[in-house]
Amino acid sequence: MSSIGVVFAESRRKALVAYVTVGYPTVESTLAIVPLLAECGCDIVELGVPFSDPLADGATIQEASHQALQTGVTPQTCLEVAEQIRQKTDVALAFMTYYNPVLHYGLEVFCTACAKAGVEGLIVPDLPPDESTDLDNAARNHGLDLIFLLTPTSTTERIRLVVEKSRGFVYVVSLLGVTGARDSLPTGLRDFVGRIRQETAKPLCVGFGISTPDQARQVGQLADGVIVGSRLVQLIRDDKPPYESVTSFVRGLRVALDQ
Amino acid sequence: MMKYSILPDVRGYYGQFGGKFVPETLMFALGELESAYHEAQRDKTFKQQLKQLLKDYVGRPTPLYPAIKLTEHCGGAQILLKREDLAHTGAHKINNAIGQGLLAVRMGKRRVIAETGAGQHGVAVATVCALLGLECVVYMGAEDIRRQSMNVFRMELLGADVRSVDSGSRTLKDAVNEAVRDWVTNVETTYYLLGSSVGPHPYPMLVRDFQSVIGRETREQILASHGRLPDYIIACVGGGSNSIGIFFPFIDDESVKLVGVEGEGEGIASGKHSASLSAGSPGVLHGAHSYLLQDDNGQIAETHSIAPGLDYPGVSPEHSYYKDTGRVSYVTANDDEALEAFKLLTTTEGIIPALESAHAIAHVTKLASELSREILVVVNVSGRGDKDLSIVNEALANE
Repeated sequence: MSSIGVVFAESRRKALVAYVTVGYPTVESTLAIVPLLAECGCDIVELGVPFSDPLADGATIQEASHQALQTGVTPQTCLEVAEQIRQKTDVALAFMTYYNPVLHYGLEVFCTACAKAGVEGLIVPDLPPDESTDLDNAARNHGLDLIFLLTPTSTTERIRLVVEKSRGFVYVVSLLGVTGARDSLPTGLRDFVGRIRQETAKPLCVGFGISTPDQARQVGQLADGVIVGSRLVQLIRDDKPPYESVTSFVRGLRVALDQ
Repeated sequence: MMKYSILPDVRGYYGQFGGKFVPETLMFALGELESAYHEAQRDKTFKQQLKQLLKDYVGRPTPLYPAIKLTEHCGGAQILLKREDLAHTGAHKINNAIGQGLLAVRMGKRRVIAETGAGQHGVAVATVCALLGLECVVYMGAEDIRRQSMNVFRMELLGADVRSVDSGSRTLKDAVNEAVRDWVTNVETTYYLLGSSVGPHPYPMLVRDFQSVIGRETREQILASHGRLPDYIIACVGGGSNSIGIFFPFIDDESVKLVGVEGEGEGIASGKHSASLSAGSPGVLHGAHSYLLQDDNGQIAETHSIAPGLDYPGVSPEHSYYKDTGRVSYVTANDDEALEAFKLLTTTEGIIPALESAHAIAHVTKLASELSREILVVVNVSGRGDKDLSIVNEALANE
């Protein structure tokens, strides 16, 4: 079993997946916050490797990526940050980025470096399974889970393709749109998750637009995990050590999921 | 001999370039678009409707004009100008906008979104939406809005909602990002009318096919006037739509030398240019694998050209393939050369070209004098320069 898959096999609780942009607002804050997220009940942390043209992201993560790039964060920085985080915590780590930085780094070289740094999975929103053969091979060679996304527009045929290819878990995009906090869950989420569930027993984690404990609780009733990104990035932006608003937000999500 | 005209393959690839590197949300929409396009191609009514509009509304065929005074000035090969500047709305962009607009109607999509750099594509889309009664939203970088305010006004008059994009370099690349974000959000009701031969499959193929009317006409016209094919065809390359449109119908005629002219901006060494093919490397941007301008970390580079329509870090996957196979040669012209060519065509022929097209003119002024009188060189004047008067005014004031 893959190291990300282990989270779901061992855990009797719903998985809490947190997203942070590496180096936003500073590399030091990322190094400090990720272990705290684990302590407060996160099971998987997605480390966002910033890209200049994040077309699947809404305003919050666009701004975070832009700021991180301005301060000189590179894929190499992200690998170094992951390696340091790995020394402090056992939480499962996945990189979330776009295809070009990975391609430019070199698929095989990047996957080697990920495995060495203790990163266990990759999420690349602009790389559908149809285009993923090369990265998938490289990821498999190094024991990395390549996690694919499903969206409400995915047909049954595409659901089958994505669930077959996705390792670790299947990233269920709750809505049509980009990342970003929303006030309410999209209607039709239950049916959408149900359509996927008919095709696979793999863990399903729902993300995009989830920003409150109540939303997390509702999603926890439908799926195996919940992914929270933009809201957390906003809190990180405005917080300072000892990061009380971040930790209390994550604890609140944990409690809601455990109810 | 290699046959190029069969490309792309079923996966949307031109050699190693092309593909569909998009969020999952759009995969269904791209498949739907491709099916609708193939159906339309088999539909006589669609083809007839397109042909009629190109003739009566766009004013096609555009002339292939023997530029005698420019030829005399250069003192060498005979130069002929394909006058896309005379098409309705003032540039070749309308050819594709009409084709895709009809496709949107056919697919039952009543809301159309588009990106624009120079504003020429935005104006073409706004025009077609007015004609076909479609809702129109155009994304445009804030920097381009500043540089091309007249086109913004035109789009608004035509009923389009022009949305300023303030992220990144605030130019075409960022407008594409924002249009894609809109599309991901509204994909069920919205048609994304992409204006250049870039993006995920099937867009580069669609745009090429709708723009190929330029090359088909050129072929007929030169056969009628000179009884033979041209020796050279020269066109500017930003994303690559006007050039692919004039090149493609000649792509399997190896005797015809094809030359694409990229924006060299302030010089390749300055880093302020937009020569993706001449100075870039392969990567993935906006849904396709193609040549790109990027830094050592795979971040997309900021670009520059005096011509807003060339100011883009990516390029058509098909051009990327032609570069690697050597079928097309790609050269550059810098801002100053484009400006000189702009003035030259204006004073010798009384034709004010778009600054984008002026890059192609700049190259022909270098090339023609080295060639003999029997050589026929066709230059695509992809658009007219009215939109650029304020940029030129500013540039001349700084000289």
